[in-house]
Amino acid sequence: APDPAITELQPWQQYLGEGVDARPYGMPSEHEAHVVRRDVPWLTADPVSSVNFTPLHELDGIITPNGLCFERHHGGIAEIDPGAYRLMINGLVDTPLVFTLDDLKRFPRENHAYFLECAANSGMEWRGAQLNGCQFTHGMIHNVMYTGVPLRLLLEEAGIKTAGKWILPEGADASAMTRSIPLEKALDDCLVAFKMNGEALRPEQGYPVRLVVPGWEGNMWVKWLRRIEIGDQPWHHREETSKYTDLLPDGQARRFTWEMDAKSVITNPSPQAPITHGPGPTVLTGIAWSGRGTIPRVDVTLDGGATWARARMSGPSFDKSMHRFYYEFDWDGRPLLLQSRAHDSTGYVQPTKDMLREVRGENSIYHNNGIQTWAVNEQGVAENVEVSS
Amino acid sequence: PSVPEPADMEKVADGSDAMEAADGASRHQAAAPSRDGGYGLGRAALEEEVAAWDIDIRPDGQGLPEGEGDVWTGEELYVAQCATCHGDFGEGAGRWPQLALGMGTLTSDDPVKTVGSYWPYLSTVWDYVHRAMPFGAAQTLSDDEVYAITAYILYLNELVEDDFVLSSSSFADVEMPNAGNFFMDDRPDTELTAFSGEVCMENCKEDVQITARARVLDVTPDAGGGEGTDPTQTPTMDEAMDGGGQEDASAPAAAAPETGVAETADAASEAPDAGATQTAAADPALVEAGAAVFRKCQACHQVGDGAANRVGPQLNGLIGRTVGGLDGYSYSGVFADAAAEGVVWTEAHLAEFLSDPRGTYQGTKMSFAGLRSADEIAAVTAYIEAEGTE
Repeated sequence: APDPAITELQPWQQYLGEGVDARPYGMPSEHEAHVVRRDVPWLTADPVSSVNFTPLHELDGIITPNGLCFERHHGGIAEIDPGAYRLMINGLVDTPLVFTLDDLKRFPRENHAYFLECAANSGMEWRGAQLNGCQFTHGMIHNVMYTGVPLRLLLEEAGIKTAGKWILPEGADASAMTRSIPLEKALDDCLVAFKMNGEALRPEQGYPVRLVVPGWEGNMWVKWLRRIEIGDQPWHHREETSKYTDLLPDGQARRFTWEMDAKSVITNPSPQAPITHGPGPTVLTGIAWSGRGTIPRVDVTLDGGATWARARMSGPSFDKSMHRFYYEFDWDGRPLLLQSRAHDSTGYVQPTKDMLREVRGENSIYHNNGIQTWAVNEQGVAENVEVSS
Repeated sequence: PSVPEPADMEKVADGSDAMEAADGASRHQAAAPSRDGGYGLGRAALEEEVAAWDIDIRPDGQGLPEGEGDVWTGEELYVAQCATCHGDFGEGAGRWPQLALGMGTLTSDDPVKTVGSYWPYLSTVWDYVHRAMPFGAAQTLSDDEVYAITAYILYLNELVEDDFVLSSSSFADVEMPNAGNFFMDDRPDTELTAFSGEVCMENCKEDVQITARARVLDVTPDAGGGEGTDPTQTPTMDEAMDGGGQEDASAPAAAAPETGVAETADAASEAPDAGATQTAAADPALVEAGAAVFRKCQACHQVGDGAANRVGPQLNGLIGRTVGGLDGYSYSGVFADAAAEGVVWTEAHLAEFLSDPRGTYQGTKMSFAGLRSADEIAAVTAYIEAEGTE
């Protein structure tokens, strides 16, 4: 029978739509209302100090739209008047300085796409498969094109004394977030950013100014940046002692585990994005990233790791940025055990969860970059599972 | 043409040629240029401006202001400002962080990371309480108050005696038990090489079995963004995010034993006097042991001559008293309900309650985790009876 979508006159063919003055700041189609950040209410005591997750299974390419970048706050979203914004640099410097936002915008800028991954991304999966959806297992990540001033230029402006070896960026929000960062990193590639994907930072991402610490755990990317102190030693504050340290089986804990190891995940198919079209041509896709460089290669298996094939990388390959891969195949309707395995530009290969547990035990929680498995059944429904080695 | 290393690229100070990166992606990058002597932007920070914002404290004491605070002052502040979330004894209420004890658990399947069991530096406590606490009223505590609360947290962790005074000068004398158990990231030695190299592409496994399934727990929120289930036995996000313990995620979630309040009340009503009438002659040793246990209660409860209602009701004549029946104390709803039903505190019912306060009376505002040992319950009951009898 003829398709009524073709043979019948649709309302949008007949009636005029809204004019150019109707949507001065555009929003997604009303049919995309399900594409949102999601939180897990039972996970935290209070939504003000909590996290939500990027809907990775609904996205493609390598850039995360600003409104879908996952959020993690420790004292809620600070709403800062840009006219009252100040950035102070103090400590072991020749001249302690104060910059306004206008001052910052007079320094030379750079543009870079970087991923930001929370160190706790996939932390719920350390001991076994738990949450059904890559949004929840891997959604504490986003990938954004930043515009900002190299932190190096601001530090040069204040003049770092010889004894200065560490910096302490601090947020202006109600948690006054702080992290110790070695000066070497600060001078290498950190940015003081005020734009994301071309527009002003969103309030929940640190408006008007955040720190960008490429490749390193998201907690260090201090939002609502108000101050940078230079010191001769690290500060050992809460977020680098009580939290974001990796407890090993012998009771000792790794600290300063800043770089995010290479990791990947298949975003489609996945539990929130089942195969609905039955057997035949099927697009498998996913994302990969490394805090140590680029991702030249991703391998994919359909049988739980017995046989692997190289996926097809597509899109720009930037340093410390998200990469997109595809693997097209004809599904025969039989159950699948899907995995992806990232190789980064240093030669490091994403390990299995069991390989990680061999080294770190089961109490480590943070920095879980183990290989993810989705089991797809005959109906195309996907589930989060683990498989034998 | 030679491929510049990233370090060299940093030095390129003019708008130079596009360079071919090692991975083949084309990059049109030139580092934003430095300028000798700087750009002359910004202004000098005034001393009072630096003083207003420079609040950080370091393990070596750098940044600590003059001041002091004692344990008992800290207790009063803590009960008023901190206990709602962190529990009266640092045990943590709901999903808020536990602050006290947990020693000896770091190698177990359920590590409890507290100030006492895990935090390597005392300065971190002072700094964090000062910069971010109380939650929702950051930086409202005076320096002396921060010293006092920090002293009380040390006391809750059994790291100082109750006459301890924390000050800028006594600060360095406090030793944190877990200080020696942190080491620098060793992944270059333990993981990076081991996880690098050739990979298997074919015939890598003979047999693949599914060993774990997420649906065993079924804790994923509903697709519609609904509430989802509330799995009390699964790791909380605070734990995953912030580093607390995790339960065994591969085990099915054991439903929390839901002792129905009405059921409990009925059971107690059916045997109301069994315990109340048996006020045996108190064993002096048991009462003495109970006095020690009662230290866990005395932040909120008084018993004995002149006992008054504080955070919790006074406990004189408790055994035989109607549950939730004391005039002049504002009980939570579940206790008011029990009072309406005429439930009476017997030794048995008190034991049930103390072993699992929030399971026995769901919704009680008593934010106490309970006593695990039957001996402790018997002792503290004997103490309450001995002290609270005319």
